[in-house]
Amino acid sequence: MIRVVLPAHLRTLAGIGGEVTLDVGGQVTQRSVLDALEARYPMLRGTIRDQVTQQRRAFVRVFACEQDLSHEPPDAPLPDAVATGAEPLLIVGAMAGG
Amino acid sequence: MSGVRVSVGTRKGAFVLTSDGKRERWDVNGPHFGGWEIYHLKGSPADPNRLYASQSSGWFGQVIQRSNDGGKTWEPVGNQFVYDGVPGTHQWYDGTPRPWEFKRVWHLEPSLTDPDTVYAGVEDAALFRTIDGGQKWQELPSLRDIKGHLWQPGAGGMCLHTIMLDPGNPKRIFIAISAAGVFGTDDAGKTWRPMNRGLKSQYELPDPDAEVGHCVHRIAMHPSRPGVLFMQKHWDVMRTDDAGESWQEVSGNLPTDFGFPIDVHAHEPDTIYVVPIKSDSEHYPPDGKLRVYRSRTGGHEWEALTKGLPQSHCYLNVLRDAMAVDALDPCGVYVGTTGGQVYASADAGNTWAPIVRDLPAVLSVEVQTLP
Repeated sequence: MIRVVLPAHLRTLAGIGGEVTLDVGGQVTQRSVLDALEARYPMLRGTIRDQVTQQRRAFVRVFACEQDLSHEPPDAPLPDAVATGAEPLLIVGAMAGG
Repeated sequence: MSGVRVSVGTRKGAFVLTSDGKRERWDVNGPHFGGWEIYHLKGSPADPNRLYASQSSGWFGQVIQRSNDGGKTWEPVGNQFVYDGVPGTHQWYDGTPRPWEFKRVWHLEPSLTDPDTVYAGVEDAALFRTIDGGQKWQELPSLRDIKGHLWQPGAGGMCLHTIMLDPGNPKRIFIAISAAGVFGTDDAGKTWRPMNRGLKSQYELPDPDAEVGHCVHRIAMHPSRPGVLFMQKHWDVMRTDDAGESWQEVSGNLPTDFGFPIDVHAHEPDTIYVVPIKSDSEHYPPDGKLRVYRSRTGGHEWEALTKGLPQSHCYLNVLRDAMAVDALDPCGVYVGTTGGQVYASADAGNTWAPIVRDLPAVLSVEVQTLP
């Protein structure tokens, strides 16, 4: 079971109260987790990654296990702690302001 | 008694304001989609309880929301806007070619007859349509064949911001793009023509009367007279009496003819409203006074409407989609400001009062007259 934490605006959009738990078949990667997330919550399509290019949106970051995984290849395996559900995958809206 | 519903899009959410036909006491509902930019929301003329909203965010992109209960509750629908085929390039600010890239939906125009059909004007400028209530969106791509490679963004972005459907001819549509100009179709979007003859942009374009490239801010029509269009251009207020074939300036005695919105009285096709703004580099009213100007002669002769509007130290703006009229008698007029006020006049502009004063900056105002 994969745990995913979404930013508040996307939780509101999808009507999600807290963490999302997902069953992900095969290798646990950013792509497979996002595929499973978007399959369950179709309204999130396009909000985290582009619907055509599948590229991460510029101001969205992906963290886990105190690491920034944003620039990792989408098919790279996620840390074991994420794959086992010990740690959540954090989808984060990048800091902005001034 | 009939009533009105005013749908307000702001920088940080949507608000729905409702009143009875007197338009004295208002219920304020919102924010919906708090924290998101709501460039526009609008109800269907064919089903007053069907509303569509453009919700967007620099972080999370574009979402389209639909309501079936007059804006009380909403559901996200389709948000995939993909340009048809190989999208090609337009001009960038530095004159280099730049590939078309979808950024956001500026304007949603529901069909006059079918609540499931909606047109969407987007940035980078293109026209999309849904026929299934917003689930799927398809571009009407031939618009960009009209010298699209020469279109260039204005300071606000290269947006298709105005979509006008002719109530007497379902195949005729007028659209306006900043900064490309007005375009029209008589075959429901299969082919388009530029409609910018008579526009002069001597301070914006190297060729002042170019076929495309004019910074049109807004166009408006009265439904009983769809061959007459009014335009607020970057500078100049214009009018056409031949459905866009040629334009004449009607700025007349306005204190400045720069501005963004323009609209037409619901029952008097020659009564029009604008909000003069000092200049393109000073986006606030001249003399610190918010004045809506009304012409009862279709232009040329204008009168300032000031009663109830701030007449000192007022330095806000009224954006292109932030003026609307209702169809009650007397006609109601509404303007939303970048200062977060929505001012309403229940007597065709003679007197004004704020419905709300402290919303986020208002991006759009639309009105439905309810049975």
